[in-house]
Amino acid sequence: MLADFGFGILLLTFIAALYAAGAALYGALKDVPAAVESARRAMLLTFPLISVASAILVYLLATGRFEVEYVYSVTSRSMPMYLKLTAWWGGQAGSLLFWAWLLSLFTSAVTLRKWDRDREFLPWVVVVGSVTLAFFLGLNIFVENPFARLWSTVEGIGPHTFRPAGGQLFIPQDGRGLNPLLRHPGMVFHPPLLYLGFVSFTIPYAFAIAALVTGRTDDRWVRITRRWTLVAWLFLSLGLVVGARWAYDVLGWGGYWGWDPVEISAFMPWLTGTAFLHSVMIEEKRNMLKQWNMLLIIMTYDLVIFGTFLTRSGVLSSVHAFAQSAIGPAFFIFIGLTFMLSVGLLMYRWHDLKAKEQMTSLLSREALFLFNNLLFLSIFIVSFWGTIFPLISELVTGQKITVGPPFYERATAPLFSAMLFLMAIAPLSAWGRSTVKTLGRIIWKPALLSLLVPLFIFFGGIRQWAALLGFWLVALVTFVTLHEFWRAARARQKRWGESLPVALWRLAGRNRRRYGGYIVHLGMALMAIGILGIEVFQTETQRTLSVGESVTLEDYTVTFRDLAVFDTNDGRRVYRAVMDVYKDGQYVDELHPRVDYYYDSQQPMTIPGLRSTLVDDLYILLVDWEQVSLQNSTFKVYHNPLVKWLWIGTLVFMLGLFISLLPDREPAPVRVTARSAAQPIRR
Amino acid sequence: MKRLVYGLILGLLAALMWSGLTSAQGDGPRTVTDDEVNAIARQLYCPVCENTPLDVCSTEACRQWREVIREKLEQGWTEEEIKQYFIDYYGARVVAEPPREGFNWLAYIVPPALILLGVGILIRVVIVWKQAAAEEQQLAAEAEPDEEDEYIRRLEEELQKRR
Repeated sequence: MLADFGFGILLLTFIAALYAAGAALYGALKDVPAAVESARRAMLLTFPLISVASAILVYLLATGRFEVEYVYSVTSRSMPMYLKLTAWWGGQAGSLLFWAWLLSLFTSAVTLRKWDRDREFLPWVVVVGSVTLAFFLGLNIFVENPFARLWSTVEGIGPHTFRPAGGQLFIPQDGRGLNPLLRHPGMVFHPPLLYLGFVSFTIPYAFAIAALVTGRTDDRWVRITRRWTLVAWLFLSLGLVVGARWAYDVLGWGGYWGWDPVEISAFMPWLTGTAFLHSVMIEEKRNMLKQWNMLLIIMTYDLVIFGTFLTRSGVLSSVHAFAQSAIGPAFFIFIGLTFMLSVGLLMYRWHDLKAKEQMTSLLSREALFLFNNLLFLSIFIVSFWGTIFPLISELVTGQKITVGPPFYERATAPLFSAMLFLMAIAPLSAWGRSTVKTLGRIIWKPALLSLLVPLFIFFGGIRQWAALLGFWLVALVTFVTLHEFWRAARARQKRWGESLPVALWRLAGRNRRRYGGYIVHLGMALMAIGILGIEVFQTETQRTLSVGESVTLEDYTVTFRDLAVFDTNDGRRVYRAVMDVYKDGQYVDELHPRVDYYYDSQQPMTIPGLRSTLVDDLYILLVDWEQVSLQNSTFKVYHNPLVKWLWIGTLVFMLGLFISLLPDREPAPVRVTARSAAQPIRR
Repeated sequence: MKRLVYGLILGLLAALMWSGLTSAQGDGPRTVTDDEVNAIARQLYCPVCENTPLDVCSTEACRQWREVIREKLEQGWTEEEIKQYFIDYYGARVVAEPPREGFNWLAYIVPPALILLGVGILIRVVIVWKQAAAEEQQLAAEAEPDEEDEYIRRLEEELQKRR
């Protein structure tokens, strides 16, 4: 009954979204403000409606109503309550509903803003938002219904939205439970963060389309959506990093990023979104690249949908799985239609969007931002091609192939290096015009200082050229950015007589976008230290040990003390080893690598024993063990230098983004008397 | 003298037999470490566990594959021979990159070609922009002030006075 009610509400939401799209379209084309207002209200109505539907699903999950197929497939009695609740986005149907709920929240929020100056955008923003919402709700209603129940018929037991003829409701005793890999705090936060990022990019896209349709060629849409874009980028970035952390903690391969197609599907909109984030600044400052920005946001929106399509359609397993799934073709058609319509609109307005300004210098900030865009797009091309080539190969030759990490690493390493170099010099160049001389004057001191870093590590015994180059670039970005803070703070000190900490604090308050951006760059440089550490210096060994035996890797000696086996009350059998860790002969820690075997899903999960410091991580996996005596076990030990800086860099990166998101503090008012105002300005 | 010759021959035979024995011992199955197995396994992917390298995959099928690698190494096979063995049996998808042959060349050619195209477009756009900017500057420099514009005439006069 409750499931039927949930489905009914979902249907109503779908109708409201369709009505909003139709009314907004009619209102805009026939110039009927009442219709547009009605569409806006219908859009607002979708949020409480879909919230009720979502609340019903969460209630069904929490109370273990296993007759609902979705509840049966993602929960079990033994699962803790927080996992039952977050199972909302743990499976296909629920995650699509979650996507739609977030989209409804964001589009409703955006329709509540003051539209006085941009009234003509409103109907088109509603059209884009409600069409996207209707698409996802349609998938939930026609293909992946989260409220479908299990019915027993002569054909067997299966999910049906409505009672089939002669069907009896089937209520399983227990559910199958969530995939063990997803039972981790990282997985609780990773999908919502990614989805928040994905969905937020719909808003700038909706405004871009509104600007194209209405023919407003100024940068108003960019200014309105600046914060939306930053929020989208923040969530998408966080989603990627939390996913990386989850992989590091759960997947048991000693790394954080495997160039897996699912990872790449979230990385691609991040790449085009980051290019967009930089490129819109050129439009705001120099009134240029309007067509390019439109193209970037169209690509980002469709890549968001494409990412969801890749992970949800089964296409990554096989092109044939895609053809057999009902969801795959629907996504494919939606992506194709939205991309063609958007690009068609862009072509229609192409001439109107031509820049009035010209680029005067190859070293100007806009030129360097353009090179930055080229690098982001190049990494995107490699990622996109690497992801779809196996599908093309299967389609054309019938042969399945793998495009794995070596392909991506070889292709993207020089591009990432060039990006770090640009990150160092672009903030120093001026809008409009910069020369080698002006740039050289600002950069020579930090550049000289940065050369000391590779020299220092070279004499420290490191000879890998990749490490020397990488650490030099990191040092260059760091020193140039810190030097910029120093220069600006010194200027304030001289001008206002402030102390250095006060000058730095106020500096960040005056131009938050700029200095927040610098802090983001510092965070990226710290993250690069972690990436370099693990990519260049990671070592590993695997050994079978008897109790009391040791294995040595780098400065560490690890001794196998014992292995215990026990059951937990949440349905796991745990195999937990105790390892004593010595560094340079001194006892430093005790680690517990373990394997959790989940009875309900009959799947094991490998949890590493991890000792993490600023210098390195020691990462131990329990690979195998002697079943009866438990006296001999096989361990894989990784030494991951500097990887902690990846997570520290993320925190700095977040801090910078938060600062960028804050509005700039207004300058303090200056009291002006009639006499002083009458004085001519003297130079 | 004869004794010495016999002694030398016997000694030589004994040495040959000893060396033969030891070399025969060297040709037998050698002990292969887990690290040697993993060095090859990390370059392979089993068809079932998509995108999970063989060295870290915990399924039974992958465990058996690792044992096959161990056996081949013990038999003296080289890394390339072992990889080729898996390709012959399970197809090209078992290796981390598409083999550089036939249709697969597209995997390697298309990204650099597109990136080069992008660089070309970017250079062309920048050149066009710079030319346009230079022409604009030249036009501005050549443009005579409109004599009929009273405001500009007075401004020029004022500027002349200030000089």
